[in-house]
Amino acid sequence: MGIEFNKETFRDDYTFKNSPAAVRRFPFPFPEDDYMYSVNMEPHVPGRKGSVFEHTFDVDEHYLAEMRDRELVLKSDPLRCQSLPHMTLAGWDLLELIMESKARDYPHWFELHKSGDRWTWINRPMEIEQSFTFLKDDTLPYGPLEYITRQTQGDFTLQDQRDNTLYIDAGTVTTQADWSLDFDVGMAFHEWHAPVPLAHNMGVFDRALKFLLKLQLGSPVRRFNWTMTVDPLLDTSPENYPKWGPSKTTLTMDTIGKRQHLRVELQTLHRLPRSNAIAFPIRAYLASFDDIVTMPKWGRRLHRVVRDVHPDLATYKGFIRNRDLMVQWLSQYDDGKPTSPGWWPEPE
Amino acid sequence: MSLSYEGTIPSRPRYGQLTPRPGSGHLFVADGEGADAILALFAGPGAKGMLATTQIVYMPGPTGTDKSAELEKLGADIFFRAPDYSTAQPRLKRLFGSAHMGLQLYLTGTEGLIGQAQRDAIEAGLPHTAMQTEHRGSTVRRVQCVHCKGITENVRTDPFVCSHCGLNLFVRDHYSRRLAAFQGVNIDAEDPGQVPPQVERFA
Amino acid sequence: MSAGAQRLDVTVAEVVDVNPLIKRFRFVRTGGGALPTFSGGSHIVVDMDDAGTRRLNPYSLMSDPGQTDSYMISVRRDDNGRGGSLYMHRSVRPGMQMQIGWPVNLFPSDLRAKKHLMIAGGIGITPFLAQMAQLDRIGGRFELHYAARNRTLGAYMDELQTRYGARVQTYLDEEGQAMDLKGLLTSQPFGTHLYVCGPKPMIGWVLDTARTLGWPEGALHSEEFLAPPVGQPFEVELARSGKTIRVGAAQSLLEALEAAGVDAPYLCRGGACGQCETDVCEADGTFEHNDHWLSDAEKASGRKIMPCVSRFRGARLVIDR
Repeated sequence: MGIEFNKETFRDDYTFKNSPAAVRRFPFPFPEDDYMYSVNMEPHVPGRKGSVFEHTFDVDEHYLAEMRDRELVLKSDPLRCQSLPHMTLAGWDLLELIMESKARDYPHWFELHKSGDRWTWINRPMEIEQSFTFLKDDTLPYGPLEYITRQTQGDFTLQDQRDNTLYIDAGTVTTQADWSLDFDVGMAFHEWHAPVPLAHNMGVFDRALKFLLKLQLGSPVRRFNWTMTVDPLLDTSPENYPKWGPSKTTLTMDTIGKRQHLRVELQTLHRLPRSNAIAFPIRAYLASFDDIVTMPKWGRRLHRVVRDVHPDLATYKGFIRNRDLMVQWLSQYDDGKPTSPGWWPEPE
Repeated sequence: MSLSYEGTIPSRPRYGQLTPRPGSGHLFVADGEGADAILALFAGPGAKGMLATTQIVYMPGPTGTDKSAELEKLGADIFFRAPDYSTAQPRLKRLFGSAHMGLQLYLTGTEGLIGQAQRDAIEAGLPHTAMQTEHRGSTVRRVQCVHCKGITENVRTDPFVCSHCGLNLFVRDHYSRRLAAFQGVNIDAEDPGQVPPQVERFA
Repeated sequence: MSAGAQRLDVTVAEVVDVNPLIKRFRFVRTGGGALPTFSGGSHIVVDMDDAGTRRLNPYSLMSDPGQTDSYMISVRRDDNGRGGSLYMHRSVRPGMQMQIGWPVNLFPSDLRAKKHLMIAGGIGITPFLAQMAQLDRIGGRFELHYAARNRTLGAYMDELQTRYGARVQTYLDEEGQAMDLKGLLTSQPFGTHLYVCGPKPMIGWVLDTARTLGWPEGALHSEEFLAPPVGQPFEVELARSGKTIRVGAAQSLLEALEAAGVDAPYLCRGGACGQCETDVCEADGTFEHNDHWLSDAEKASGRKIMPCVSRFRGARLVIDR
């Protein structure tokens, strides 16, 4: 309500920007001054008004620009959206979940009208009105997963539960932190997480999997993850690594504040009703270091986290080569004062 | 040559040792030194009775090993020699298409052969956990370039040059059952031209 | 989070005598509206207030998952059981308000299957009723083989044969109709998945036969809810809550925890799902592990117990609750 959608790009001239309101609601991911993996899951219940978890699926000022970027990615590489044959039903489950949530949470933008299996979906920001038959694949211009994720911010994977594990058997992945859906689709939980350092030996994935296998209908959960990205590039895919990798080599003290972005993923997990699969939306939020340090608590804390994070994690997250530069720049915003617990910004 | 699993990651496939299992039929798919695993199985206990319902599909290994003659002498119900996997593939797909539950699948030889046969059996509907595998022979790898998606067979060195797009790729242990390939990622993307010397890791 | 805690308020809309042993119950949402969509094979836990004793029993949802205006379950009366089914048969009447848990699926269809082969014994038919309705809608290929003692107890045979025709085969024990299980299991196309639900001996027979014929574990699916067995009363110390509780002869450890106001997670209450797995801090005695969840090694270790169905005999037991 009252939001204007930004005219901005996530490539080439990089005109992406956060409004002051978007910075205030940025999901800063560090509740403490240090960081290590944990199974940091909590119920995905409606959160503070105006926050990114006020609604089941957050729609913000970047909506139209992100959808335009997804369209460009899928045009150049259709393999960024894949669904193994048995996952179509889970795709319909996800479509229903998103349509019902958005129509409920943003009635001025989205409407869903049902007459039996005959549904009409209205997406005003994207100027879409679509009538279709629920569960009839050929009544939509794309498969159900692709159709709805072309209209919803964030990446999505659909995980099939069998053999006492989860298999990543479908997804739309165009804003990823350097992992390939095309390569990983079909893998079991421990397999697609295999490249993550340290966490396996800590038992993090064993505990997370055990928790997720019991995820219940009607009780979604959420957690944060984060990484670093130079320039507001959503599509940091391994496929295109030769194109974006070199950007890491050109940061300076003068440009890092504007160009270096903290990238936060709000990950939610939902048990799906018909397929018994799990939907895993991964919603990415970008904030430049300049944005971050407008909140003094975040500036202090980010300095401490980046300075002290385990080098294997800095390597895995792809910022080890710029870590010293980051610490040097961020130290200007850390006066050594204590920070309050939790991630909410505090007025100073 | 034997594989080492030391320091590897959970997506890297692990192989076992073929043993006779009860079933309505037995399909062996093997290349090169995989023949030795089949010969060992039939030399062991509990396997002789299987021969009448056994089919062997065999092809030479990437280093040229061809033990067709020894396998043919085993006396399986059907022995078929293919020049390579792409030739054997239509036959296997045809077999899977008309097979019944109870057919046992035994895959042995190089990782490339095991992976491709496993991929095709999965597509036919068999759970990947249902097939027995045993690595024998060469440790060369089948690697997908994550950038151009081209697959380079029989990769011996790390890094190596993608046979399709020419990028210098390092070879990860990250493995896709669906593609039957390890992952190759550009090693000098951030510093073009700074490529470490090639090391022969697979032979 | 305490799993199993989220509940739905429902009203009993209908109670039907299906045959002398089985009653069918239909629930609608209290206050109106749709119930959550579910997947075939799901169960709900029904919360019963049996004259002050709280009983929580799992029952498979048998209604069409596409119909969310009501849920249906069938309950077979067990005169020698602990009382849940008797309560459902004797005390539950149309108009009564009750609570149920959200649907949980421990017996889902494997949608990769080229074909779904289902084998049901007696009341074990219920999860298949929902699975077939769902598969039929999405074009899944299935075949049901349904055995019962006699036609009266083969509660849904006629209805299913009318609806699904040759895809349903029935077998009546008292008429000497036996399933040619071996013939059935050797003639299934590659990529078939096998599902079995029914009495324990039948599940064992079907799974053992399939394994002998070379079926892989990944294609075998079964569901059996165990009723918590009756046993000797025993005492348990709760390390975290600092209480000592007594588990009655006809009570499960999980029920005793709940009666003492200790929040213990659960989903199935039948030894299948693993949700209530609890660490053992100290034990001097013998465990009676009755669950399908813990591995043999875990059972032997004496470090874990599933409070929903397992018991203990001995001098002292301390658990992490």
